[in-house]
Amino acid sequence: MLIRSAGPTDLRSSEITPESLYLSRREWLAAAGLTVGAIVGVGALLPRDAAAQQASGKPYGLQADDKPTPWEDVTTYNNFYEFGTNKDDPAELSRGFKPRPWSVKVEGLVKKPGNYAIDDLLKPSVVEDRIYRHRCVEAWSMVVPWRGIMLADVLKRAEPTPGAKFVEFTTLYDPSRMPGQRYPVLRWPYAEGLRLDEAMHPLTLLVSGVYGRDLPNQNGAPLRLVVPWKYGFKGIKSIVRIRLTDTQPATAWNVSAPDEYGFYSNVNPTVDHPRWSQAKERRIGEFLRRPTLMFNGYANQVSSLYAGMDLRKNY
Amino acid sequence: MGGGVWWTAPAAVRAIGRPRWWPWAVWAAVLVPGLGVAAGVLSDFLMGTRWLGSNPVKEGELILGQLTIKYLVAALAVTPARRLLGWNWLQKDRRTFGVTAFCYGLAHFLWYALIDIQLDGGELAKDLTKRTYIIVGFAALLVMLPLALTSTRASIARLKRRWVTLHRLAYVVPVLGIIHWWMSVKADIGEPILYSAVFALLLGWRWWHARRETSAHATATISGRSA
Repeated sequence: MLIRSAGPTDLRSSEITPESLYLSRREWLAAAGLTVGAIVGVGALLPRDAAAQQASGKPYGLQADDKPTPWEDVTTYNNFYEFGTNKDDPAELSRGFKPRPWSVKVEGLVKKPGNYAIDDLLKPSVVEDRIYRHRCVEAWSMVVPWRGIMLADVLKRAEPTPGAKFVEFTTLYDPSRMPGQRYPVLRWPYAEGLRLDEAMHPLTLLVSGVYGRDLPNQNGAPLRLVVPWKYGFKGIKSIVRIRLTDTQPATAWNVSAPDEYGFYSNVNPTVDHPRWSQAKERRIGEFLRRPTLMFNGYANQVSSLYAGMDLRKNY
Repeated sequence: MGGGVWWTAPAAVRAIGRPRWWPWAVWAAVLVPGLGVAAGVLSDFLMGTRWLGSNPVKEGELILGQLTIKYLVAALAVTPARRLLGWNWLQKDRRTFGVTAFCYGLAHFLWYALIDIQLDGGELAKDLTKRTYIIVGFAALLVMLPLALTSTRASIARLKRRWVTLHRLAYVVPVLGIIHWWMSVKADIGEPILYSAVFALLLGWRWWHARRETSAHATATISGRSA
């Protein structure tokens, strides 16, 4: 398996992160250390464990003050209702989960459907490390160094037919291994979906690792989706099926509360959740809230996908 | 079965008096959780500990809200416990629990306004006018306010029967509190359901008990007349 940390991209050069923001791991550490030194007096505003961060990879569209969230937070503050509804449940209750062997079906409106062992699915692609902002619909956020492949790669290999318009993803359904599925909190199995052009976008990843290691169970092992300009719940975890369809797939949270969670669920500071504002977010480890960016800061790369659409209606 | 109570504890239980350490236990139960939350959030942000997990602001807010509910349960449980166990000395703690519930409710609101949304005026105004679960929660706090303010002995003496009427509002607070909690969770309503059952039991017992006493009283009056 080829792993490289700066991968190929279809982004136009003007949209690529300026070199000044393109820090190596050592520079990250130095920057974090300097920040620690500079604001040690106002410790309350500091990201914790800043110096302990070991992220490497390409900081796609990251801003100077986006620092990778410590491993401990990334792996203990999780929404993964298949393992319980409290943030610390998934880390606790997924301990015995065995993410291998694992197979993923790629099917539906494709010329080459298949049922792949996870490693065979990943093998033909370039595995990349990319640091993305992660914005939860609950108005908290992280910066996460993911490791994964472009979803577009997998889809292209399956050769979608001209009728394919959407991609549907399904999580494993096995209440004996995922104890949260014993309770009807959501409709199981969890399902998510993207429009085909969203799925083919170079920012959209099938993720198999974080911080350079295999994905921990609580983060969606062994394979999850990451769509950095959408709210975190679109990033379906422990995927067993990828199906191309001609109709918009039903998605778990939309089924659960259609007035609160739409199919698109693009990060949008101007469209509030009915119960709270989305204008600001609390970055894990920080006390003061920061403004939420349109499309989570990836507007340059993705806003053309939604040209002419009413994003208030298509929330 | 005397006194209109269908069950009372055995004499040995009823004979248990107020232990000498009881007031200390009550004060510890009242203060420790709140001080713990305050110490936890300060320590997490200033010293990098993880007492309240990855998101201490949200966790502290949640704990304070849940403490409000728990002390409402304690306050409403005093009367049934007194009757069923025969521990009349519990009466003294009812006010303590009730005022504690109000204090945690107020702390929960201030935490939300000052620490969570950090006095964002526009957001606060929108939340308090447009978001039903926040309106309901705020209403619960407003209802608790006059109860806390008239919780002194002087007020009881001054208001006499009106005090009893006013403090019936205490039964409204858990209803509002539970609705607020229920509406604020995303999908897992397990805990709100559990606490709903507890409050239903506590309020149901009162309703049943009041009805029983009224009918017992009526029966006594009628039989008194006919005799």
